Amino acid sequence: MSSTPPTTGPFATKHDDRPTPRPGFVLDVDRSTPPILFHHGEGFRLEKLPAGRTRVVYGPEPKAGLAHPDAAVEHALDHPLDSEPLSALLFSGMRLTIAFDDASLPLPQMRRPDVRQRVIEAVLDRAAAAGVDDVHLIAALGLHRRMTEAELRHAVGDRVYDAFAPDGNLYNHDAEDPDGIVDLGQTRHGEDVTLSKRVAESDLLVYVNINIVAMDGGWKSTATGLTSYTGLKQHHNAETLQQSRSLMDRHNSELHKSVWRQGEVIKANGPKIFHIETTINTNAFGYDGPLSMLQKREWEWNARDRAKFMGLQAGLKAMSMRARRAAFINWRSPYEMTSVQAGDVDRVHEATLERVLDQHITPVEGQTDIVTFGLPYTSPYSVHSIMNPVVVMCWGLGYMFNFYRGRPVVREGGVIIMTHPTPNEFHPVHHPSYIDFFDEVLRDTTDPVQMQAKYEQRYAEDEWYRHLYRTSYAYHGVHPFYAWYWGAHALQHVGQVIVVGGDPTAVRRLGFRPATTMMDALEMASDTVGPQPTITHMHNPPVVMADVT
Amino acid sequence: MTPPVTRRGPVKDLLGTRATRLLGRSVAGRKVRRRVTSVVRKTQFPLRAPTPPVGIEVRAVKKKTGADYPTEWARTPPARAARAALVETVLRPIVAGLARPDRLNADRLIDLDGPVIFAPNHHSHLDTSLLLTSIPRHLRSEVIVAAAADYFFTNRVTSTLSALTIGAIPIERRKIGRQSADLASDVLDEGWSLLIYPEGGRSKDGWGQPFRGGAAYLAIKANVPVVPVYVAGTRRILRKGSAIPRPSKTTVNFGKPIWPTEGESSRRFAARIEEAVAVLGDEIGGGWYNARLRKHAGLTPGLGGPAVSSWRRSWALGDRGATAARTRPWPNA
Repeated sequence: MSSTPPTTGPFATKHDDRPTPRPGFVLDVDRSTPPILFHHGEGFRLEKLPAGRTRVVYGPEPKAGLAHPDAAVEHALDHPLDSEPLSALLFSGMRLTIAFDDASLPLPQMRRPDVRQRVIEAVLDRAAAAGVDDVHLIAALGLHRRMTEAELRHAVGDRVYDAFAPDGNLYNHDAEDPDGIVDLGQTRHGEDVTLSKRVAESDLLVYVNINIVAMDGGWKSTATGLTSYTGLKQHHNAETLQQSRSLMDRHNSELHKSVWRQGEVIKANGPKIFHIETTINTNAFGYDGPLSMLQKREWEWNARDRAKFMGLQAGLKAMSMRARRAAFINWRSPYEMTSVQAGDVDRVHEATLERVLDQHITPVEGQTDIVTFGLPYTSPYSVHSIMNPVVVMCWGLGYMFNFYRGRPVVREGGVIIMTHPTPNEFHPVHHPSYIDFFDEVLRDTTDPVQMQAKYEQRYAEDEWYRHLYRTSYAYHGVHPFYAWYWGAHALQHVGQVIVVGGDPTAVRRLGFRPATTMMDALEMASDTVGPQPTITHMHNPPVVMADVT
Repeated sequence: MTPPVTRRGPVKDLLGTRATRLLGRSVAGRKVRRRVTSVVRKTQFPLRAPTPPVGIEVRAVKKKTGADYPTEWARTPPARAARAALVETVLRPIVAGLARPDRLNADRLIDLDGPVIFAPNHHSHLDTSLLLTSIPRHLRSEVIVAAAADYFFTNRVTSTLSALTIGAIPIERRKIGRQSADLASDVLDEGWSLLIYPEGGRSKDGWGQPFRGGAAYLAIKANVPVVPVYVAGTRRILRKGSAIPRPSKTTVNFGKPIWPTEGESSRRFAARIEEAVAVLGDEIGGGWYNARLRKHAGLTPGLGGPAVSSWRRSWALGDRGATAARTRPWPNA
């Protein structure tokens, strides 16, 4: 029986009092421009940027969410792209595996119910109708840390967790299980392809994705989330990532090309896949509430917004770092689902990319001498954790730098200025190999190619790191290398990286230069790019991707 | 000779009467009380109600109780504020102490805006208090309760208390009439959500009763969704016929809202609501996915229990029928 209200369709969007979302735009800074908001870890900065030679890139405002997300999910499952409806693929006695994205998505965590929960419940309802008993649910985390019970409950919901976890049928993927990984062959370029044994032996894999940036989804979900080190190192390496221009532009990313080749092998030798992708808007801090001013344009802050910001700053100042982290970690974003599509992996991902880019893209004319980023308190590799210096590098040079299509926002040989406290601190449970990487590898070299040749294999095959990855909540031993390679393209492209407000020791270890203030950083940058450089600030939030012409 | 005139105020007048003097001494004994009674009986109109003249047919005065009790006042802002305060400061602590509720799956209502009809199973008077403190906050403030006119609205005092404390509106359940249905429909049209027990009353033996069509009819008429709710454990605390509550644990399981389909009759929709509530009950006992499997296989245990003799029905209740045990140290400590 239908559970949709008769007067509305599955793709109707919410109609609230909010004005129509505005597209992104580029602001030329003049003397009347107010100070601009920068994330600064577990805090914020307001920076007055030089007039006449600075521009600020704002992303499009959050798109309206779907008014009836459950109805949209049901419609997508029943009317898939290039595939039979899900119900037609399910039968009694089959082996069904449902894989879903791990805790690294979305950022920050979204308010309940998580999009994955909505989709998985709809999938399971159809499986129950078909009488499917053999169902496994796997968190597709690749070499990320295992998800805790609380994180799993948040992602799939209590109903699903309580129905499957007690019997051991809901669990984290284990890339180091010697009996749990199978070899599917090689790509036409000779790249090895491995896959979870349970997935490979299933009659159907249903992958449930949550897509927040253009890098996610498609074959990357299966080929990286459910594989092993052997499969990942084919594309997670310094050479491939130096050629991925950019990571957010799937058709110009060497990493994605390699992953798609692995996808061809999975398609040929692996299980049948029913792929489900969802997109969410950029409403990370809400349209009202204590943090809503963060995603408003500065000149539109009213007296209430300014009061809230000053109160927030004063409150954060009075808090210890531990309390600040706890406060931000507990923030749940009111993201809204903007689309859901299901069926064939390639068709689904193209539809998803269109939606994601529609939400993120802002056209930008020409490159700049200096690009500035404000780095927030969280990243995909520091969920419920500490944003250590290596993750700071990865977030700034791996993610923020790669939010472009066409050409990088900063010219070759230009300067990146980031704001973040970059504490010389590591989460001992989540990041044990990061600690050694920081102390041993970065002390020796910051060159991705060199460290790959000299250190990667030892870290990847270290038994202690392997043990912690499998039994504790630690990232895999090789993961800090991957985090570093993520910034390989930026390291090759820019002449200098400056961190404003960062711990000098940690920043220098990364090979960057510390600066106390933004003005100091701009002064230091002129050593590399000359006097009176042009500056572009990538405003965040909301997330913005520059289409540079 | 004219007696001297003394000035006396109204209070003194009252205190000075013989009757009140006697009243003041009434504690003295039975004899005095009997005299007071006789005095009261002798009081005349206007102190007493008038007697109709012989041969005059007195026009019947419509009693403002039962289904005729006016409840509009209970939906005004001051009454709502009083009710909200009462729920939070009185009902909630009582429910927390008495029922220790486990509230499940309220996230299913997160996308829902009122008005809606909540359709729970019904075992105990405690159900209403439990639900009023369990319904998600964004819907709670605009919920009113459909209450039996022949039970909650028998006189002015119970009617007023019911309307004020739980926002009750009277529903006639013993005779068929449009009045109750129109009232419920009107309040839904005004944007209020309605809590209505489709079984029409509390369970007599611990098993559910067939769902009547009232909730379904209203949902179709007002085009609003129905939220099925399963309440477990309240019978152990305060079953029908018992007066003293015994603390125990309870569970409230909210289901996904369901809408009537095009052209669906209220009888069919009521059956669907009953099935949804039964599935929610099955979820509590056997887990969500197993409940879904049984639902699709048509094997969901019904609310009504097995059609066997009464003792076997009682036997089949198992723990659900048990009264919370009194803890008494053994043997006589």
